[in-house]
Amino acid sequence: MTAAPPLVVADKLTKYFQLSGGRQIHAVDQVTLTVHEKEVVGLVGESGSGKSTLGKTLIGLHPRTSGTASYRGEALPQRYQPEDFRRWAKKTQMIFQDPYSSLNPRMTVGEIVGEGLKLHSTCSATEIRDRAGDWLKRVGLEPDHMSRYPHEFSGGQRQRIGIARALILEPEFVVCDEPISALDVSVQAQVVNLLDELKTSMGLTLLFIAHDLSMVRYVSDRMAVMYLGVIVEIGPASDVFFSPKHPYTEILVASNPEPDPLRERHRRSETIAGEIPSPVDVPAGCRFSGRCPRVMDVCRSVTPQLLPLADATDRQVACHLFAT
Amino acid sequence: MTTVQPQDIAAGPPLLEVDDLRVEFDTYGGSVKAVRGVSFSVAAGKTLAIVGESGCGKSVTVQTLMGLTPMPPGRITSGRARLRGVDILGRTEIGGREIRGREIGMIFQDPMTSLNPTMTIGRQIAETLEVHRGWSRKRALDRAVELLDMARIPEAAQRANQYPFEFSGGMLQRAMIAVAIACEPAILIADEPTTALDVTIQAQVLDLLSDLQRDIGTAIILITHDLGVVARMADDVVVMYAGQVAEQGSVEDVFYRSAHPYMLGLRAAMPSNSSDRRHRLLPIEGSPPDLFSPPTGCAYAARCPHAMRICSTTDPGAFSLGGGHTARCWLHGDKAPRVPQLAYAGAAPGLKA
Ligand SMILES: Nc1ncnc2c1ncn2[C@@H]1O[C@H](COP(=O)(O)OP(=O)(O)OP(=O)(O)O)[C@@H](O)[C@H]1O
Ligand SMILES: Nc1ncnc2c1ncn2[C@@H]1O[C@H](COP(=O)(O)OP(=O)(O)OP(=O)(O)O)[C@@H](O)[C@H]1O
Ligand code: SF4
Ligand code: SF4
Ligand SMILES: [Mg+2]
Ligand SMILES: [Mg+2]
Repeated sequence: MTAAPPLVVADKLTKYFQLSGGRQIHAVDQVTLTVHEKEVVGLVGESGSGKSTLGKTLIGLHPRTSGTASYRGEALPQRYQPEDFRRWAKKTQMIFQDPYSSLNPRMTVGEIVGEGLKLHSTCSATEIRDRAGDWLKRVGLEPDHMSRYPHEFSGGQRQRIGIARALILEPEFVVCDEPISALDVSVQAQVVNLLDELKTSMGLTLLFIAHDLSMVRYVSDRMAVMYLGVIVEIGPASDVFFSPKHPYTEILVASNPEPDPLRERHRRSETIAGEIPSPVDVPAGCRFSGRCPRVMDVCRSVTPQLLPLADATDRQVACHLFAT
Repeated sequence: MTTVQPQDIAAGPPLLEVDDLRVEFDTYGGSVKAVRGVSFSVAAGKTLAIVGESGCGKSVTVQTLMGLTPMPPGRITSGRARLRGVDILGRTEIGGREIRGREIGMIFQDPMTSLNPTMTIGRQIAETLEVHRGWSRKRALDRAVELLDMARIPEAAQRANQYPFEFSGGMLQRAMIAVAIACEPAILIADEPTTALDVTIQAQVLDLLSDLQRDIGTAIILITHDLGVVARMADDVVVMYAGQVAEQGSVEDVFYRSAHPYMLGLRAAMPSNSSDRRHRLLPIEGSPPDLFSPPTGCAYAARCPHAMRICSTTDPGAFSLGGGHTARCWLHGDKAPRVPQLAYAGAAPGLKA
């Protein structure tokens, strides 16, 4: 790691959703995360574990319940006001999973891509058109696609439109929420390569959320694993992938099927027993204790903290097995 | 037209043989040639995976076998599908046994398309047994609980009394499998059964399918575009492109001895876990052809890095590489140059299947 101040820091960041009857969903619970400039941090974990919520809360799309977040050392507001959005939208953006529903079907591609500039800059209409055209070229589309509507494009093309829309303000930090999950294998590589190239040319910092662990390892410098609202493990992506430490990460990695029939046939399947606990009534102690194959007595009462490993300080694990 | 009958070496005669199936849809824009001469066979107790790009005709193929393709606008313009030798296209039952539900069970990507939200899970399974097998209410309900238990639904007896909305996504998918196997069908068709699930829940569902296959001997047709899932589950693979079979064969042949440039393209587009991170992914540029007027030559020609002049004028048809492995590609013709990454039939020039 370099000595430069981190780009994004979340400290005990918490986001609860209120339910009727005073109950609440512990979507993100006391997450502490540092993202360095020009770094790609991959975020994986079970469905409903809080990945999207963490990403959205970091860039102000959800108000925080508690905890702090900062950007280049400057505290981010707990709840964004319109002027906060104007200011921070230029620095932080999000790319969404579904290239079908996230683009307004009644707007032309030019209007969609240029919208950010219209809202957040003083550019003239012609300038906006020119910049939108440039961006379409940059993501591998044609400037004369501007007058067409989203339904005229394939999934991969729509995802490029979504990327152009997010990047036209030239943000520094982009949350990519499953940007490739809805795409065909043949198209996923196009989008990943495009992000990779833009990362280099623009110096982007990315939080890359996905289910496909092989792709996350490929794309990311570090990988963070979430389970039921908390980060249970984080470290260099290949290290986490090839030698997972947390029992949940072990099972997650073992569940990731690889396109290699011989290997798959000989691999013992390790599935998790039991069902995911409700994020409303989170278990006491370790959140994985009800399903963990290596659970100990202490796990059911004491919450393990995310701490560096004794022999690899760039890796952190929240599990009593690694307590020193 | 060439037809291909892959021979399964291990098993006896195939349970299901699909031969030159063609399906079109009539629309205001013209007719969409969704399935253009698909042939494959499924052996009893084995798993056949169908892979391919979105829109290439995977779902229409299997839905047509099940009689689920709406007609009109759909139309079967040719083909046969023989289950134990009897053509099932256009029929709803053979020998007094209903095809849908009894002979062939189906699992969809979205469990709610086949579960009734206003009926308890247990009743839904029991009803299938009452209708298809004429069982008593009591016997059917007892079996429903057993099936939920086989599908690893915890506390199956209590869960049987719950409604679909009380189940999580992964549990619903497993409950739907319980419904689909209730009548112990000869074939289970699973259309993207795990696409909406995360990898740990996906693994549970895939394990369940494998265990059930072992226990009740069902053949499985698995549709997915996840090559990892194919590697884990399949005995045989059909790779579809633009309504046709581009390549088919055993999972080993298709993965380790790929013979069609589209399959090579898919493999190069995926990150490999054994290699170094910085080898760049190679996407397949371009998009599939318009199925209103499919190209006269090879459907993949516009995207293929090895396309030759003949490819854009003449359909290659399927070349046989032996052992049931076939590829629809001119590179297997005897006048074609050799492409190093591609597998060929022995050292001999390609033989027309
Ligand atoms: N706007 C909302 N209102 C209420 N609850 C929400 C809201 N958004 C998310 N949740 C809940 O918060 C929890 C975390 O959801 P989140 O979408 O962040 O998970 P995720 O890890 O992104 O899952 P997935 O992999 O399925 O996208 C879930 O229990 C979810 O139901
Ligand atoms: N009812 C219909 N009317 C008109 N066209 C249809 C109809 N159903 C399917 N098609 C067309 O048939 C083609 C094949 O569709 P199909 O659903 O089989 O694709 P698929 O391979 O299952 O794709 P996916 O991976 O996206 O599920 C597509 O071009 C589709 O638009
Ligand atoms: S703290 Fe205990 S229950 Fe939690 S993951 Fe570690 S060993 Fe398992
Ligand atoms: S027939 Fe020609 S265009 Fe088609 S896959 Fe083979 S080489 Fe490529
Ligand atoms: Mg999400
Ligand atoms: Mg389909």
